Amino acid sequence: MTLLTTVFAAIICTIIWYKNDPKNEMKVGILCWMYWGASLMWLVDAIFEYVELHAEYFTPAPVDMLNDFCLGLSAVALGLVIWLVILLIKDPNGVVKAALFKKK
Amino acid sequence: MACFLVPVAEAVVTTVITKAVKSRETEPEALKADTGSFGMGSKIPFSRKLKWLNNMLWGGSALLAFEHVWHGEIVPWFPFLTAASDPAEASVMISEMATVGVSMAALVTAVWGVMLLVTNAMEKKALRAQPDSN
Repeated sequence: MTLLTTVFAAIICTIIWYKNDPKNEMKVGILCWMYWGASLMWLVDAIFEYVELHAEYFTPAPVDMLNDFCLGLSAVALGLVIWLVILLIKDPNGVVKAALFKKK
Repeated sequence: MACFLVPVAEAVVTTVITKAVKSRETEPEALKADTGSFGMGSKIPFSRKLKWLNNMLWGGSALLAFEHVWHGEIVPWFPFLTAASDPAEASVMISEMATVGVSMAALVTAVWGVMLLVTNAMEKKALRAQPDSN
């Protein structure tokens, strides 16, 4: 469930990047790399778990599924927070600078 | 248990390599390529391609570290990894790092390698198309 949540986040971010951000102004690319990197790592985790559990891997207990889904959503939220911090620090459009140093 | 430490170690190495490569790349490469509707563009510097790998490794490791915190495998006190305090669990942790961790780092690097091949082919195609358009 965590893998699935991150893969969907990665796909959505990649579509947003492709559609709106060819010049990388919003740095959506960072989110794409982060989510794809995590998805690949969780894919390996899932493969090892499948090798251990076989078909049982696909029938998790509802409580485990819910916990994994919450973990996936939290991981996506953490990724968004990291991206936001990087965006505000790099400030590609100068919005933060303009807000901080504007003359009244 | 601590499988994310292997991609973190790789990320540290690739970040150092990226800095070294970037310091050697003074000007964008002389080769120019026709990048379709965006007109003329330079060949992508290798340091930028390395940055893709860095972003995947650092980003993925950060989210994986969060997963370990979620499962109580990382704690804010020494030795930070719960498995490291018990010798029996520590050996399981090291074996997991050697199998799962190394596979994670290898898969991310392999995907990046495929991306390099694709972008190199695209660059070559764009460079070959350039004289025809002039």
